[in-house]
Amino acid sequence: MSKQFISLVKTHFDACSSALLSSLSTGEELTINVAAEDTLFIRFNGNRVRQNTDVEQIAISLKLQVNGRTIEKSRNVSGNAGVDQKLLASLLESCRIEAKILPIDPNQVPMQNNGNSSEEFHGGLLSPAEVVAAVVGPAEGSDLAGLYAGGSVIRGNKNSKGQIHWFATETFFLDYSLYNGPKAAKGVYAGTKWSATEWEANLSRTKELLALLNKPKIEVKPGQYRTYLAPGALETLVAMTGWWATSGSAWKQGRSPFKKLAEKEAKLSPLFHMAENFTLGLTPRFNSLGEVAEAKLPLIERGELKNLLVSSRTAKEYGLTANAANEQESPRSFDVGTGSLDEKNALKELGTGLYLSNLHYLNWSDPVAARITGMTRYACFWVENGEIVGPIKDMRWDESLYDCLGEKLLALTSKAEIHPAVETYGQRSLGGSRVPGALIDRFTFTL
Amino acid sequence: MQQNQMSPEAALHYARDKAEWAGLRYSRETTTLRMVRNGLPEKNESQLEEGVMCEVLVDGHFGHAATADVSPEGLKRCFDRALATTRATSKHKVASFTPAQRPKANGKFVSAREKTLDQTSLDEITACLLAGSEAMKVNQLIVNRAARAMLVETQIDFFSSNGSETRQNFDLMDVHLSATAAEGVESQTRNWNFAGQFGGEAFDRLLFSRESERAAREALELLTAPNCPSGTLDLVLMPDQMMLQIHESIGHPLELDRILGDERNYAGWSFVKKEDFGKLQYGSKLMNVTFDPTRRQEMASYEFDDGGNKATREFLIEGGVLKRGLGSLESQLRSGIPGVANFRSASWNRAPIDRMANVNLEPGTSSFDELIAKVENGVWMETNRSWSIDDYRNKFQFGCERARLIKDGKLGAVVRNPNYRGVTVDFWNRLAGVGNASTMTTHGTPFCGKGEPSQVIRVGHSSPACLFKGVEVFGGQT
Repeated sequence: MSKQFISLVKTHFDACSSALLSSLSTGEELTINVAAEDTLFIRFNGNRVRQNTDVEQIAISLKLQVNGRTIEKSRNVSGNAGVDQKLLASLLESCRIEAKILPIDPNQVPMQNNGNSSEEFHGGLLSPAEVVAAVVGPAEGSDLAGLYAGGSVIRGNKNSKGQIHWFATETFFLDYSLYNGPKAAKGVYAGTKWSATEWEANLSRTKELLALLNKPKIEVKPGQYRTYLAPGALETLVAMTGWWATSGSAWKQGRSPFKKLAEKEAKLSPLFHMAENFTLGLTPRFNSLGEVAEAKLPLIERGELKNLLVSSRTAKEYGLTANAANEQESPRSFDVGTGSLDEKNALKELGTGLYLSNLHYLNWSDPVAARITGMTRYACFWVENGEIVGPIKDMRWDESLYDCLGEKLLALTSKAEIHPAVETYGQRSLGGSRVPGALIDRFTFTL
Repeated sequence: MQQNQMSPEAALHYARDKAEWAGLRYSRETTTLRMVRNGLPEKNESQLEEGVMCEVLVDGHFGHAATADVSPEGLKRCFDRALATTRATSKHKVASFTPAQRPKANGKFVSAREKTLDQTSLDEITACLLAGSEAMKVNQLIVNRAARAMLVETQIDFFSSNGSETRQNFDLMDVHLSATAAEGVESQTRNWNFAGQFGGEAFDRLLFSRESERAAREALELLTAPNCPSGTLDLVLMPDQMMLQIHESIGHPLELDRILGDERNYAGWSFVKKEDFGKLQYGSKLMNVTFDPTRRQEMASYEFDDGGNKATREFLIEGGVLKRGLGSLESQLRSGIPGVANFRSASWNRAPIDRMANVNLEPGTSSFDELIAKVENGVWMETNRSWSIDDYRNKFQFGCERARLIKDGKLGAVVRNPNYRGVTVDFWNRLAGVGNASTMTTHGTPFCGKGEPSQVIRVGHSSPACLFKGVEVFGGQT
């Protein structure tokens, strides 16, 4: 079904975009984007099905530039060529009407031909009738909660200057957690081809983690503790940089928590490196303007800022150099450099302190100081002399990135884990990250 | 317009023969974003989402499929997909349901408005936003002057095989005026937000200009203000922070799907247990909280939820005691806990889940001056800036944009970067003063996230100003 859906959407997008582009008048320039998916979502609770939703959706967006004005409009379409071409012609017409009213947009970036690309990745997904048995069978006897999402995801882009980009992939993920009463351990199984063996191995690792939670709970008092952030925890912490910190526009608007870093008033640890890395293959390199990013762009090297993410609009407004960032100027595929700590020795090197598998609900508590607050979640332990003593009661922490990724950063692990994006707001996300674990001194716990 | 092709009766007739019950929810929503920044146009965007969610009950299990193809053939294909996947999953269902969870409903709802949003000219909106941005130009240190309006027009029509037909239309808007002052590496931002079910009458140029100038002057003042002090202090919160406090520490923990564990893998569980209803002293006796979609002009006012359940005003907490959960008819059956009409979906492509709608703290008897007069040593805070709470909804930490010291019953100097933290039930039992109706304002957000697959939905919260005794308060990093 997915392969057929990809082919149908490609044909439909070609027909709709050709009709739109051929209808342009002199002086009009148009960029057209498509985002489509056919996804089977199955939500689990107690290793049983809570809800199943089968979604087919195709959204087409238009960006019209005319007489120095910029207007963007999008709508989802049915897949019926005759119906959709009329609807999109009407959408384009409404863009034209607004263009006559709006003020001139001096920060408009003229459209260009940013080249062509085409990538399709086909997988081996389970049929809808097979999914539930494949998931719950091996998990029988476990209290599993989570979401299976599988199907094709498509992004495409054309413009009136002749550029064409196409990306389609068939993937699935099972984002889940296992419970023993209130104790829980987290797992994600994702890929392009479902393998019963891989799923059983993934489940087995999560069960082992859950079993460690059976030890008596330890109540840790607020204070500063030597802390090991497993890759899942460090990923959540570093992902916060996508919320204004890495944005060139936010820096110029006085809102970036990396303002001090950008203006060389502060540094992170020389151990810390971070790049935007599209070679991970998690997301297409083109953005909604069809601009193609460098395969790898260093953001932070040896604790110093090398690049912020800068869209072409921001570049024009502030005289910066654009690097094909997305409109939000947030990382789409970030890669945190590894270190020298063997993960097998992480507990030994931690000695006495806290092991955190996951963090939860982060927010800037003092943006100027790049200070973040959040909670511990899932498998988090008190460790003494390199041995797990027992799980902790969830704790609130409040810590500046300038400290915990600065002088308090002791080591990063030599291996990093891939974290595919599992967000599903409105549509399935593409992208993800690769992140190692981190050993941090005196991490601050407050409640 | 595709909807005129749609024949819900024929599609339901087709599905009814193959299922115990069938439903069809058509939704069409246009979201328009207008934004100016530093006196120039920044965003002029709109998004139209239109489609149908087909729902079937097979072997006691509700299942869903969504399509934007509303032709007769498209709806049949969509029902076929819903039937096929629901048959395949029903033997593993978490609970057994009947059509009683989809009661017959008939009626119409139109949100309160004097002038529909589609009759509001782009000229008028742009002029209002430009006036706001211009009014923030009070000093060179104001580096960002943004004015943004999000306008949402929604139509939701629900039909079912047991005779339901409801039609609901909503206009709502969410306006943000934002001024950032910066000098060196320091910066401070003040926002003014206005959100609710309003039409074009809400575009008031004088109001936008006045609030914009105030935001800019306050951002400047904060730039040089001292940090909020740290300590265990009395705390007065204004409604634009109470909104967040209510949302995170009352709304979410009372959602029955969280209590039942559906959300455990994503948004989280709840510290509230089924046995707490009717017993738990959630807060002080001054605490009265209602679920109220019938209150006009709040963000989540409606007549029916997406399962056809008619909305009524209900007390969730009365005299501080927990009475009722935020759960749909499905969750009520599974939990045995009394709930509300809150089975809501974010769009045509998502199935409904338990959401909070309008959750309000009822007014008390104190004037604002009387609340302040009760404080010997404390802090007054306004406008949420930062929010974080654990997955059981216990340990929270919230930050505000602006604060003032309170000494000996009087408001004093402005301080910046105010934060406070606490634990939900302990915190609400520290409620020592609830403002009267004159202190009450209504707020809301269109961006409450939850669910797998995930959904953002609009929620409303009305609250008076409130006083809490002995709270852990602190400021920014020095």
